[in-house]
Amino acid sequence: MRSRPRSLLLQVLREPRGVAGLGGAEWEMILWHGRATNLLGHLCHRFEDAGLAGTLPRRIQDRLRAASVMAEEHNRRNLWEADRVHHAVRDLDVPIILLKGAAYAAARLPAARGRPTADIDVMVPKRRIAEVERALLAHGWEHTVLDAYDQRYYRRWMHEIPPLLHAERDTTLDLHHAILPATSRLHLQMEPMYEAAIPIEGLPYKMLAPPDMILHAAVHLFHDGEIAGSLRDLVDIDALLRDFGGRADFWPRLTARAAELGLQRPLFYALRYAAFLLDTPVPADAAAEAASGCPSRIVLRLMDRLVPDALTPPATAAERWRFHAVRFCLYVRSHWLRMPPGRLIAHLTRKSLRRLLLRPAEA
Amino acid sequence: MILDEVSSDAFRARLRDGGVRWRVGPFGLRVATRMEKLAGALHFLYGDFPLLEDGEPAEFRIAMKTPIGWRRWWRRQVIFHFDDARPFEPFPFRLAFPFFEWGLNWCVYEHAHEFLIVHAAVVERGGRALLMPAVPGSGKSTLCAGLVHRGWRLLSDELALIRHVDGSVVPIPRPVGLKEESIDIIRAFAPVARLGPLFTETRKGTVAHLRPPADAVRRMDEAALPAWIVFPTYQAGAGLQVTPLEKAAAFIRTSNDSFNYKLLGETGFTTLADLIDRCASYELTHSSLDAAIGAIDELVAAAPGEVN
Repeated sequence: MRSRPRSLLLQVLREPRGVAGLGGAEWEMILWHGRATNLLGHLCHRFEDAGLAGTLPRRIQDRLRAASVMAEEHNRRNLWEADRVHHAVRDLDVPIILLKGAAYAAARLPAARGRPTADIDVMVPKRRIAEVERALLAHGWEHTVLDAYDQRYYRRWMHEIPPLLHAERDTTLDLHHAILPATSRLHLQMEPMYEAAIPIEGLPYKMLAPPDMILHAAVHLFHDGEIAGSLRDLVDIDALLRDFGGRADFWPRLTARAAELGLQRPLFYALRYAAFLLDTPVPADAAAEAASGCPSRIVLRLMDRLVPDALTPPATAAERWRFHAVRFCLYVRSHWLRMPPGRLIAHLTRKSLRRLLLRPAEA
Repeated sequence: MILDEVSSDAFRARLRDGGVRWRVGPFGLRVATRMEKLAGALHFLYGDFPLLEDGEPAEFRIAMKTPIGWRRWWRRQVIFHFDDARPFEPFPFRLAFPFFEWGLNWCVYEHAHEFLIVHAAVVERGGRALLMPAVPGSGKSTLCAGLVHRGWRLLSDELALIRHVDGSVVPIPRPVGLKEESIDIIRAFAPVARLGPLFTETRKGTVAHLRPPADAVRRMDEAALPAWIVFPTYQAGAGLQVTPLEKAAAFIRTSNDSFNYKLLGETGFTTLADLIDRCASYELTHSSLDAAIGAIDELVAAAPGEVN
């Protein structure tokens, strides 16, 4: 791979101790990029863990601490939302699996520290989703997506129902039954993930097993997502891998699981770019195993050119132009992966026609 | 070095090219704009504020820009940029300064959770602070501007920043926004008051800003412990009425006027409870500035508060 993009934010994520002696303009850059990527709270804990808290400029320390306080509130709110969901479906005897931030917070994983979240993600088996939805609607959640086409689209093709908003608490709930849309080029069987899900200690919910949690994050970033601007998602993967990586048998289980579920490609990308950009420790055996997910040479070269730039916040005008170009390429790729071309064209045509017809002033 | 010591040309040139960095209370700003009138208002109303030292980082990176396209020429607008984000809908071009003030409030209450932040005017005398939490239209700013010209030091017109560790209020003595009749009332009440440009037809009618007294800006690193909370209500024609408020009621009302009480969780509760504990709280209904100030003087004499 070519050399790493120059970015102060990436440098301090790799080595927090590198901040000694930074000047005012450099700190402003870290704040700017840390805010843009929602990583200030995470940085706060990285600096504290490195024993640097007292050595930072006071104003920087205050900003980081405040971001961490905000993330704590998000975690608290997510746990309360999970509690309310559990309350709403308590008579249904359906397992509730928390995903992403909610799971990290409930299980008190290091990945939750300083991590802000916009909404809560919950997963239940597809065959139970109708009754769960009914129970939630009876307990104050409401649909926000009212358009009939969008509603149909979600239900026919997506891995979640349209987002629900709680009328009193003003919180958004994403109710999933899978981690990938039905249209996706990867056809993922969800049963093994449900079967492997583990209880969260002391709470009435489950979370994905550690290897599945990594695979979910990898799929979310490198298969279903648009990659550009999603450095936070890579930092999640980094934090989870550093956390789970020390557990016995974790790495062989991870690569075996990826093979079993057909998720070698996203796992390959996740390990490759986490190690490249964030120095995530990946044992050589695991990297060799994961190489089974390596794409063709031409695709790999392309991704190696695009992904690092897409995950690095642009600092200069020139970098910004490149970032937008890279983002466009990856945007096209993400739609290509998300659905077959015919469906994509029908979907985008419908979407843009409606935008033109309904809101001429804003289109 | 303070902003007044920078020449008008140099100030504008630096605003255009990378931005001017100055300190407002505990915060560092970097402000960039090419808008001439806005530059003039900033230079006048923030004239006494110190520039940041070279090594000192600014945490709030603000740019005020005109949009690209036809909006540049017809019904001109201004956009508030925070980092690379645009957190608000554009404002009419001529209201750039009030928009800046409004946006700066947002920067503070969205990010500065090292404080419990209460929507309140704060003034200080003899080392003790008086908080006036209030809803818009209660006459809090008029009262604040009046007190500032009768021996009180301005700590803040909008945002009471309360430190969690010791409960003291950290000053952020920004320009005081005056509306409608208040502008003339303050002009008559304090002829020395220096007001910035008039902005007509804002959402709140005509608005002008009082330049913070130089002494308040010079002393903006001196925090003060609060001793009184007064909830003012302006009511035309009403007689003066001062009602002591029970602690529980004062707690609920102040928490409702706080921007981040809920977000702070237990810390917010502790800091607020501590604030209510150390303060005597009152409701004040009035229809005249002189009478209200007289009443506040009496309250202060009657309940001098602890001096720590």
